[in-house]
Amino acid sequence: MVVGKAVQRVDGVAKVTGKARYTDDFTMPGMRVAKYLRSTISHGRVTFIDTSQAKALPGVDGVFTFQDVPKRIYATAGHPFSLDPHHMDVADRYLLTDHVRYMGDEIAIVVAVNDLVATKALSLIDVEYESYQPLVEVSDILSKDAVEIHKGSGNIVKSHSFVAGGDLDAVKEECDRLIKGRYKTQIVQHCHLENHTAYAYMDDLDRIVIVSSTQIPHIARRIVGEALEMDVGFIRVIKPAIGGGFGNKQDVILEPMVAFLTKKLDGIPVRLKLDREEGMIGTRVRHPFDVKVQVGLDREGTVKLIDFDALSITGAYASHGHSIVSAGAAKTHYMYPRAVYSCKTKTIYSNIPAAGAMRAYGSPQMTFAIECAMEEAARSFGMDSVEFRLKNGARAGDKSQITKKPIMTCGLLDSIYKGKELINWDKKRAAWSAEQTGQVRNGLGVAIFSYGSGTYPVCVEPASARLILNQDGSAHLQVGATEIGQGSDTALAQMAAETLGFTFEKIHVVSAQDTDVTPFDTGSYASRQTYVTGQAVMRTAEQLKTKILAHASVITGLDSELITIVGDDIVIAEDPKIAVLSVRDVAIDAYYNKERGGQITAEATYKVRNNPHVFGCTFVDITVDIPLCRVKINEIYNVHDSGIIINPVTAEGQVHGGMAMGIGAALFEELMVDPDSGKIYNNNLLDYKVPTIMDIPDLGAAFIETNEPTHPYGSKSLGEPPIISQAPAIRNAILDATGVAINELPMSPKTIFKYFKNAGLI
Amino acid sequence: MFDINSYHKANSVDEAIALLSQNPDAIPMAGGTDILVRLHGHNKKFSHLVDIHNVIELQNVTIENDGTIVIGSGMTFTGLAHSSVIRENIPVLNEGGSSVGGPQVRNVATVGGNICNGAPSGDSASPLLVLNATVELKGPDGVRHLPLYEFYQGPGQVDRKDGEIMTCLRIAPGDYKGWSAYYYKYAMREAMDIATIGCAAACKVENGKIAGLRLGFTVAGPTPLRCWRTEEKASGMGANEELLDMVENSVLSDLRPRDSWRAAKDFREQIIKTLAKRVLREALKRNTEME
Ligand SMILES: Cc1cc2nc3c(=O)[nH]c(=O)nc-3n(C[C@H](O)[C@H](O)[C@H](O)COP(=O)(O)OP(=O)(O)OC[C@H]3O[C@@H](n4cnc5c(N)ncnc54)[C@H](O)[C@@H]3O)c2cc1C
Repeated sequence: MVVGKAVQRVDGVAKVTGKARYTDDFTMPGMRVAKYLRSTISHGRVTFIDTSQAKALPGVDGVFTFQDVPKRIYATAGHPFSLDPHHMDVADRYLLTDHVRYMGDEIAIVVAVNDLVATKALSLIDVEYESYQPLVEVSDILSKDAVEIHKGSGNIVKSHSFVAGGDLDAVKEECDRLIKGRYKTQIVQHCHLENHTAYAYMDDLDRIVIVSSTQIPHIARRIVGEALEMDVGFIRVIKPAIGGGFGNKQDVILEPMVAFLTKKLDGIPVRLKLDREEGMIGTRVRHPFDVKVQVGLDREGTVKLIDFDALSITGAYASHGHSIVSAGAAKTHYMYPRAVYSCKTKTIYSNIPAAGAMRAYGSPQMTFAIECAMEEAARSFGMDSVEFRLKNGARAGDKSQITKKPIMTCGLLDSIYKGKELINWDKKRAAWSAEQTGQVRNGLGVAIFSYGSGTYPVCVEPASARLILNQDGSAHLQVGATEIGQGSDTALAQMAAETLGFTFEKIHVVSAQDTDVTPFDTGSYASRQTYVTGQAVMRTAEQLKTKILAHASVITGLDSELITIVGDDIVIAEDPKIAVLSVRDVAIDAYYNKERGGQITAEATYKVRNNPHVFGCTFVDITVDIPLCRVKINEIYNVHDSGIIINPVTAEGQVHGGMAMGIGAALFEELMVDPDSGKIYNNNLLDYKVPTIMDIPDLGAAFIETNEPTHPYGSKSLGEPPIISQAPAIRNAILDATGVAINELPMSPKTIFKYFKNAGLI
Repeated sequence: MFDINSYHKANSVDEAIALLSQNPDAIPMAGGTDILVRLHGHNKKFSHLVDIHNVIELQNVTIENDGTIVIGSGMTFTGLAHSSVIRENIPVLNEGGSSVGGPQVRNVATVGGNICNGAPSGDSASPLLVLNATVELKGPDGVRHLPLYEFYQGPGQVDRKDGEIMTCLRIAPGDYKGWSAYYYKYAMREAMDIATIGCAAACKVENGKIAGLRLGFTVAGPTPLRCWRTEEKASGMGANEELLDMVENSVLSDLRPRDSWRAAKDFREQIIKTLAKRVLREALKRNTEME
């Protein structure tokens, strides 16, 4: 058995020894660097631009402005192409623009021999603007006289509403109690270690090669084609090792530009690499939400209704736009699926950096709102927070109100029991007095979550894999799915080894994707790869195994039904101790026997048409220092039902990483906007407070393994879910400790100060 | 890539002074941890450098016969943490120093750079202020001494004249013997952060009464500040809760915290008052333990 074992990551040693090669590790003779000229206002038009001095600077190869780029508008969101015209992403970008929509918008670009020359050239470009009022506050954005950030939009990307599971008014009548709340989440940024970077060159007259730190090489190829009006066959995208993405590289940001530049400059290699300060405003951020929630309950405390009105701000450009709030709303509905679910959502533009995909895609924001409101509901009945969730949370067999399909596996309640036990809930509840006084107080908090395993049925879920048997009896595994640090290469190799019967070491994963070579897969997002790509890998491995056994049968004369593969050998199926010959012998014969065989390869492609939900919870024990407005986490646990765990160690790592990010978003991180100018104050890692290792407590992870029937190895998603439920759990613990409900994020000392002061605690 | 215009490496203090005197635009660079951040931001004022990183004579801590502690300006915070003179006599300096950045930064960042940078937030500033440190500068016109408090002139401004190098910081025996002290850095993170408020307290208790009390704050004004009025009021008071209450209520009158997007004034004031009390309580506790 390889599945379920804590095998070492296939890329672990290369990464920790610095051997793994990332986009910036590749250079080419004559490579040039490109640098954007970014707007210094957040809303307006460029009325004049003069690049003549910059062009005349020695070492400058070219200066291009919005006047020089294709008059072609395109969408950047890294979604699979949709055949449904109503489900296409919003096309609202040009490569460069004279219509400035956020402070930092790209209006021109310089290509030069090095960074310093490029920076100098930027300072020689003269720009004049006509400024409009920066639209940052919602009331300004939606006011009747507001200038439209995108013509014809009314500053609204999209809105939609639905009621699932019953009649809203009727169920309201039935409710004994209606709890209302309003919750706000902040702008956070992904802060992946490796900034956005890409370079491009041409190795023929009409072919462009792009090397990029992307989660979605195949989608990037399509979008570059759309931006430059080229057929995708002329575009090749290569994705080497990547230093994190968290959704920010599920957007096509630099690739069309580097392709454009190399094409303009006769194919010379051009690198475009953002520094941290630029990346924090010029790529994507998480959408801030403002959510009004009503929870309706009967007199026993049963949740009958969840009704919410969510406003999501996408910033200057649509990017993933309305998909975020819409996915967030749909995925969170599985937490309390027996309630009527009523949702109103709206996504609006604003003159701030564009928001896009970020780990868990709208769910952390929605879950914060719902799990805060649920806490209010539980407390209004004097019910224990855990009991309340056990009573109302999802169970296997419940039906999704939206898809009408039953939930087949659901370990939510077991996760809650497990978390409760890990944190010693009952014991602490009994030991701590209900009404605490004093400057330092203790609190316990819980919050639950649910999430999907891909994007079906909203998007298509294609995945492909190829296996090639080598002369030494090992196999190379190629997938279009991308390893971005989450461990997918390892999980996929485990599944291949498992199905083939090979030892794990005999599977070599080709970690880099190259769209000229790699089979098609839409890439890394939506926590989809282990669940979706795993199914293509399983099918490929089955094929390869059949072919190996068929050739072994030719060599040995044994019926292929009678033999199988165990480790490095072909063995008798009924008595695996009897080895007939080695896999290597089969390979050598297939490759080199003059009369028979050939290369043994297999390839499969598969579109998943399921989307099982995962469930789980966060439990936290905190201390609040009231005068210092500070929260200390004493213990924190995440418990996950992600189906069968393919690799316990990498799974735990994934949970730890998500928890740390979740704690960051709960207590520390916020991209701060000046409401008057639209300027971002803190686009650097000093002033944007990603927690350090010193700020993160010991993290506890546990799994409740259900066996998901729609996956060959019983697995469900685990990539994004670990980030979802920390903020509401911590918030509920602060409420528990102090009686103060903090309804906005982050719960940094500054926010806590405001709430404690209002509450008269300080 | 950094836009460095000129770079010279000095091997001695005198050579550094000579190099600085030749080029009025040049500034000394010790660890470079402040300077390189400015250069990353293309700040032209930092593009002529005289590197004193390797000037050995600046890199030691000694104790003179009369008990004066002499701290070379080129001492890194890691170096200070390992110095037995500092550890045994003025551990409060390491409480400040070891809160700087992270281990990599502390391995190169110097105490001289921390002070000469003039930041209102420098983590060695308030410990050194409550130790009544004096600054020694050497330049083309010879050596000068002045109290650290006067060396600070404004945000990012110190009284370093053209061609001068800070050679050392000096702490007189009467400023640490019999005193106990404590420093606490309040920041948004436990590492890699600039203080929101930094507070050091030093005290000397004789017969249960305050024979000396000093409070130093960072980020509570344009420069690191002492709390002169409160210190005076404390003198002669009993080392008790009444004293702590007095300090809590008085300390804001000595300070000028600012409203900024980083932190609002009322929030800073809340933290200042809380720290004044808590930090002093810890310093007093240490004084009792000393006896
Ligand atoms: C990641 C990071 C984290 C940081 N965290 C903190 C923190 O937590 N707390 C904190 O206080 N600081 C912090 N800093 C700032 C910095 O590390 C400290 O201020 C450090 O002590 C500066 O020392 P240096 O030797 O590197 O100074 P340099 O950068 O070399 O110089 C700083 C200034 O002092 C001048 N100077 C240096 N030495 C002398 C001398 N002998 N005589 C005259 N002038 C001199 C220079 O000309 C320059 O103006 C941080 C910096 C970084 C990059």
